[in-house]
Amino acid sequence: MTEITTEKARIGAPSAQPFIDGFTEEGESLSPINAAASKAPLAGEAVKSHSHGGGVGIPDSSRAGRLTSYTLADFKPLTGLEEDWRFTPLKRLRGLHSEVLSGTAPTVTVSGPDRVTVETVARGDKRIGSAGIPEDRVSANAWENFSEATVITVPAEFEADTEVNVVITGQDTAAAAQHIVIVAEKFSKAVVVLDHQGSAVVSENVEIVVEDGATLTVITLQEWNDDAVHASSQQAKIGRDAKFKHVMVSLGGDLVRVTPSARFTGPGGEAEMFGLYFADAGQHLEQRLFVDHAVANCKSNVLYKGALQGRNAHAVWVGDVLIRKEAEGTDTYEANRNLLLTDGARADSVPNLEIETGLIEGAGHASATGRLDDEHLFYLMARGIPEDVARRLVVRGFLHEIIQQIKVPALEERLTDAVERELALTEN
Amino acid sequence: MSTLEIKDLHVSIDTEQGTKEILKGVSLTIKTGQTHAIMGPNGSGKSTLASTIAGHPRYNVTGGSITLDGEDVLAMSVDERARAGVFLAMQYPVEVPGVSMTNFLRTAKTAIDGEAPKLRTWTKEVKDAMQKLRIDADFAQRNVNEGFSGGEKKRVEILQLELFKPKFAILDETDSGLDVDALKVVSEGVNRAHAEGNMGTLLITHYTRILRYIKPDFVHVFVDGQVVEEGGPELADRLEEEGYDRYATGAGAATIAAAQA
Repeated sequence: MTEITTEKARIGAPSAQPFIDGFTEEGESLSPINAAASKAPLAGEAVKSHSHGGGVGIPDSSRAGRLTSYTLADFKPLTGLEEDWRFTPLKRLRGLHSEVLSGTAPTVTVSGPDRVTVETVARGDKRIGSAGIPEDRVSANAWENFSEATVITVPAEFEADTEVNVVITGQDTAAAAQHIVIVAEKFSKAVVVLDHQGSAVVSENVEIVVEDGATLTVITLQEWNDDAVHASSQQAKIGRDAKFKHVMVSLGGDLVRVTPSARFTGPGGEAEMFGLYFADAGQHLEQRLFVDHAVANCKSNVLYKGALQGRNAHAVWVGDVLIRKEAEGTDTYEANRNLLLTDGARADSVPNLEIETGLIEGAGHASATGRLDDEHLFYLMARGIPEDVARRLVVRGFLHEIIQQIKVPALEERLTDAVERELALTEN
Repeated sequence: MSTLEIKDLHVSIDTEQGTKEILKGVSLTIKTGQTHAIMGPNGSGKSTLASTIAGHPRYNVTGGSITLDGEDVLAMSVDERARAGVFLAMQYPVEVPGVSMTNFLRTAKTAIDGEAPKLRTWTKEVKDAMQKLRIDADFAQRNVNEGFSGGEKKRVEILQLELFKPKFAILDETDSGLDVDALKVVSEGVNRAHAEGNMGTLLITHYTRILRYIKPDFVHVFVDGQVVEEGGPELADRLEEEGYDRYATGAGAATIAAAQA
């Protein structure tokens, strides 16, 4: 009765007409024309450099080989066959990959402790490019087209007792570019919330610098209106003994594609990356992670959980963890869990682990996609709980594991309510 | 005064080899205040009876009836049966990740009573019941059955029995896997619930051990999906001495005969 599968593969929901338009049963056609190179994309000295890949016809054999560049022209026009775009319906990107991003960028409103500085800076600011370098065409397009950036700085040794709220509100639906830089200086401590709402078609680059000894939590919420299209590259550079926690929550929007990465640049760093998504009928929610263990003795833990309901609800999770030769003593684990609540929904889940040294503490990955467990439902119903309530209890419980990682009570409450609203949609 | 009546019940399950009949005409009547023990060897269909009364979807009723005070239990959904007053203490309680015991107990109590319990008295009631069953207070914060030992799970089943106050309690091998101390604690819980006078009990067990602590009024011996012998508590004593071999011989002979045919 229970259909739980655990494997490193794509698993689709059984359904009378099971495939999403434009997808084969395998989900995509692998392209031979993926660029590859051997240069590290971003670690320490490599930050400002760029690579052009290994050329046509060489498959992307390692995550380390991916083309990175600040220049849009370095990235070929997308065909949808590229490894990192094969699940994304390009037609629904509304030009983020092909147009000049000249629309009005969503407004950014920041509130938080006084000592946290917020600046609006021009493209030439030296902090731009300090943590990120585009890894795909949509991100490069935003980099080339943003007019000004918001830089948020948590000063050295300052411990913020309230969170920094960054409300990003969509203005219109002309394709736009956005740029945000978050710097947690040495030994500082803060929680930054990126709260995306309204309607927008936007490609966003978020650069996150976690300096030595700093503790930074970044929570990114995508509660867009139904028509929004959002691509967000969120790249974190993690210093020595720094702790970085990233929590991603995608609930609203037509197509939301978040690509968070954590790169260790000094030993002793820790990264925790959590994600929650709830895809409804027709929604495409994609998340692609990259954890780059480039130095020794760092720890990472990734857990993404998603619920899907309705026809053509589609979630994609790809988790890349790379343990480089230098990264001895690494301890890493990544997992993705999907719950398919109805027929006609599809979850693609691909955990990738590359290990270039055997001298590590531990490395593991897991993926499971399944339906609600009938035995769970039976147990709850045998205690008088009606089926709809029982289903909600189980799903709520499933997703709560991520929500409780947020540790901002008001936000946890808001997201719990949001999940309840999503669940209420199931019952029709 | 309520009556749970099972008449000529036939139940089958779907297996890879096809449909398999497990219960072959079981009749049983339990009234409030009575304790019935159902005993039998492994695979005799005892647990199937328990799960069928509770409405587990795996079991198909192909004939007969189950009624509670004349109401057709088989027509009710699983949750309706529970709300009508049927409680199944499960043999293997499942873990429900992400759902806290506190939340679960309150949700179930609300569903059964049709209204939310008063918070203050409810909290106290849960605490007292937990204490009597020697369940650590921190269990309330943990997820349903998650990480509980076998004995802890059984105690939590009886905790629910005491809190939900059903008309009929079906205990599906609640005693299996318990050490003597845990068995006593669990039995005391059942006896407390019974002493309130509004409950009938169907006690399903493989061993006679639990019958030293919970005294049955009637004993039914199950073999191969049928009741082969019925009697008072003295029948249990006899089973303790003789075991099930006496019945198994007949069944075994039948199997051999079938194989030869």
